[in-house]
Amino acid sequence: MSEHLIPLLSSPYVKRLGVRFDDHGDELTGILPYDDTLVGNPLIPALHGGAIGAFMEITASAALMAASRLAALPKPIDVAVDYLRPGRPSDVFARAMITRQGSRVANVRVDAWQERRQALIATLHGHFLIKPDDAS
Amino acid sequence: MSEDIQAHLDSLAPLLVAGSPHAVALGMELVSIAPDRAVMRAPYRDDLIGDSETGILHGGVVTALLDHACGVAAFAGLGGQAGTATLDLRLDYMRPAEPGRDVIAEARAIKASGLFAFVNAIAHDGDPDDPVATATAAFMITRVSQEAAERAKAKIGESATPISDISITGSGAGS
Repeated sequence: MSEHLIPLLSSPYVKRLGVRFDDHGDELTGILPYDDTLVGNPLIPALHGGAIGAFMEITASAALMAASRLAALPKPIDVAVDYLRPGRPSDVFARAMITRQGSRVANVRVDAWQERRQALIATLHGHFLIKPDDAS
Repeated sequence: MSEDIQAHLDSLAPLLVAGSPHAVALGMELVSIAPDRAVMRAPYRDDLIGDSETGILHGGVVTALLDHACGVAAFAGLGGQAGTATLDLRLDYMRPAEPGRDVIAEARAIKASGLFAFVNAIAHDGDPDDPVATATAAFMITRVSQEAAERAKAKIGESATPISDISITGSGAGS
């Protein structure tokens, strides 16, 4: 696990959701382990859209922190989430792609899936405010 | 007619949070519901902090609150007669919420009929003129079977608190 991610993974809310990352070189996969408290609608049953959105925001932050040394956690400026399929009661995975990283603002896209990578359950794209660590 | 819709929404109100385990886990509360709008609150809580150094709530909490409030407003806009599936949710984060303050989401269904519902919402921490975030959401309208609705009611209805009795403390959360 990259030490760059420690400030993110020590966030109480990130810990509470149970988000962790699988780190293979410069490829980072976010994992949201299934928990009953993630369910939004028990009748279907489907995961809460807000939990999936939050997980994708966290994955975007992790990708930015893994890509370069930052002095602070990235802050979302705006995000758009498309919900493609209901989230089933099982683990969710996500991978982020940094479309463009400027000196202050980064544009990031995130895909989230469950059983099959080809069957995305949601996508996110957004802008994040970043503060590069000039000291390093 | 609108009194009938309001009465119907009031009768369903306890289910709109208690029926969603994630909303319960985050300590969300329904503050008010009307035929085209919903107001919800998320409490400031230590376990929902995003950055321990600043004590600011995680943006994901605001995301989940706005998502839920928009869904409830769309449901209310349909008179509580149909379900919704979120197509997309777009959020602008204006500023961090003040540490120590609850976040309130006010959502309004701009149009809810036919196949789609469109909702606008703001989140603030006390002053609606100084929002923390704003949201725009689009929903697909789905039919809820009478049977499913009755099952939900039977499952949680009896133990749920009437909306008029809901206090502003973050009870019912955790575990």
